[in-house]
Amino acid sequence: AVLNDGLRSQVSAALKEGQITPTELCQRCLALIKSTKFLNAYITVAEESALKQAEESEERYRRGQPLGILDGVPIAVKDNFNTAGIETTCASNMLKGYISPYNATVVQKLLDQGAVLLGKTNLDEFAMGSGSTDGVFGPVRNPWSYSKQYKEKSVPKSHSEDEESNWVITGGSSGGSAAAVSSFTCFAALGSDTGGSTRNPAAHCGVVGLKPTYGLISRHGLIPLVNSMDVPGILTRCVDDAAILLGSLAGHDPKDSTTVQDDFKPFELPNLTDVSKLSIGIPKEYNAPGLSSEIVALWLKAADLFKNAGAKVVEVSLPHTRYSIVCYHVLCTAEVASNMARFDGLEYGHRSDKKDSTESMYAATRREGFNDVVRGRILSGNYFLLKQNYEKYFVKAQKVRRLIANDFVEVFRSGVDILLTPTTLSDAAPYTEFIQEDNRTRSAQDDVLTQAANMAGLPAISVPTALSEKGLPVGLQFIGRSFQEKQLLTVAKWFEKQVQFPMIQLEEVKRHDSGVFQHQKSASFS
Amino acid sequence: QKVSVEVLDHLERLALVDFRDSEGVERLQKAIQFADQLHEVNTDGVEPMDSVLEDRCLYLREDDVTEGNCTKDLLENAREKVEEYFVAPPGNIPLPNLEE
Repeated sequence: AVLNDGLRSQVSAALKEGQITPTELCQRCLALIKSTKFLNAYITVAEESALKQAEESEERYRRGQPLGILDGVPIAVKDNFNTAGIETTCASNMLKGYISPYNATVVQKLLDQGAVLLGKTNLDEFAMGSGSTDGVFGPVRNPWSYSKQYKEKSVPKSHSEDEESNWVITGGSSGGSAAAVSSFTCFAALGSDTGGSTRNPAAHCGVVGLKPTYGLISRHGLIPLVNSMDVPGILTRCVDDAAILLGSLAGHDPKDSTTVQDDFKPFELPNLTDVSKLSIGIPKEYNAPGLSSEIVALWLKAADLFKNAGAKVVEVSLPHTRYSIVCYHVLCTAEVASNMARFDGLEYGHRSDKKDSTESMYAATRREGFNDVVRGRILSGNYFLLKQNYEKYFVKAQKVRRLIANDFVEVFRSGVDILLTPTTLSDAAPYTEFIQEDNRTRSAQDDVLTQAANMAGLPAISVPTALSEKGLPVGLQFIGRSFQEKQLLTVAKWFEKQVQFPMIQLEEVKRHDSGVFQHQKSASFS
Repeated sequence: QKVSVEVLDHLERLALVDFRDSEGVERLQKAIQFADQLHEVNTDGVEPMDSVLEDRCLYLREDDVTEGNCTKDLLENAREKVEEYFVAPPGNIPLPNLEE
């Protein structure tokens, strides 16, 4: 049962004791990636370099000198992080074939600790979307679509119509990373989070999704969407693993001047037994329109869990919550308009054959390279930044941003330690249903519960909580104070232990990896 | 309030995404309509927020050269180049207006 192990408790120990070698582990993961290809979670599988890294790791273990707990551990990285020598596409025609000359800081940090980079995962084009359905390499399929739990609950209309049309989305935009972790092809994956892009797919795929405080983890090498909100995200199968990844990634980076200079000390999560000193806030505005009654029930049940364990649970108010999506819409498109300006075909990426003039070449390159979602946001962003609109839209949105951030400051000042909210409005939708609305509508709907944390720069984590009536994962979100990840993760770990979220029963995986799964066990660790 | 053709042409010159067709215009109109909801919020006396880290001093490093000499790597990804130059088509030629 190696592939479904947690890092700290099992895999690292297994590697150290020689129960499994890094190359064996790497090969198993690569084989699993092949057999789960239909999920479309990976854009690029770096087989050769991964095996080489695994061999080097093995050599270190042989000498008794592993670099640390991540040495030899297979990981995946969202395809909007630069990786030297490996194609980085952002799921866009604009960067198809682009081989970066450098590693993003977070990638470099993982490699420096001996992690094995299996490949780059699929996403919505340039991380714009909430379904991982709008990239040029096609949509990502949620592994739970193929789970026993989902299949048992779904009623196929006809024999031929079952799996092919019933599959559900992963959520987005880090859907590939979430699917990769969820289907056991890697132990952890990097995502990015600007409006919820790590937490949303984490909730839909039944994995842990951590959005760190803005400024804690370097964005150097993460192809930017919204510079003032983007953060690298961490996806793992349990909260302890997220803490390990955080420990290896956080800290000031001279190459990213928006990282804080405070000393960061990696931490181990205590096993919290007494929650009586904790104050949990339940923001009433997060009972948003469209929130499924199923999720409301789970949310209330979770609140009761804390209450019954002795914690103080209070209703709080974040009055400007409902404006966060509109505010995001303006700020995001404005920053996108600026960030996407670098893609002109001259220095890298796609270049159109049009030669009449620089500007017509730029325009054709960008029309050919970007999908409609990206182009639409660039155009809108430029509109909001026009001199006649600047005060009315951009500055106005910046003011609303302060109001949203202040809402959180007030609540935390009143004594609340952690906020408990749903992560998504419902469980994952079937793909055929999801694509009936356009990207902007979907994003506006789906980001409602996650976006405000990005506005305020706060750390937030989605923890798999329970299965829906359809047999699909539902996650709940905890939002903490700035730079208080230790407290946030400690509470999340306690919650994870209480809910005992079931492990996915993937028949394809079982078939391929027979003998490795000796028994089914819950995904939580004690 | 519809976006005028002048504004659209101006926007295209700024954005360079060739999105002045009916679909592009419709998207833009919808985006503006959506953004107009912002005006419901009272922001009197509120300062705009550039960054959540506004209370901190931005890190400035020493003005020393620490890396570079990677011309070859940087040129690797360009499609059209001559020696150490990126080659662009002729500039200063304005884009045609929508009506043209």
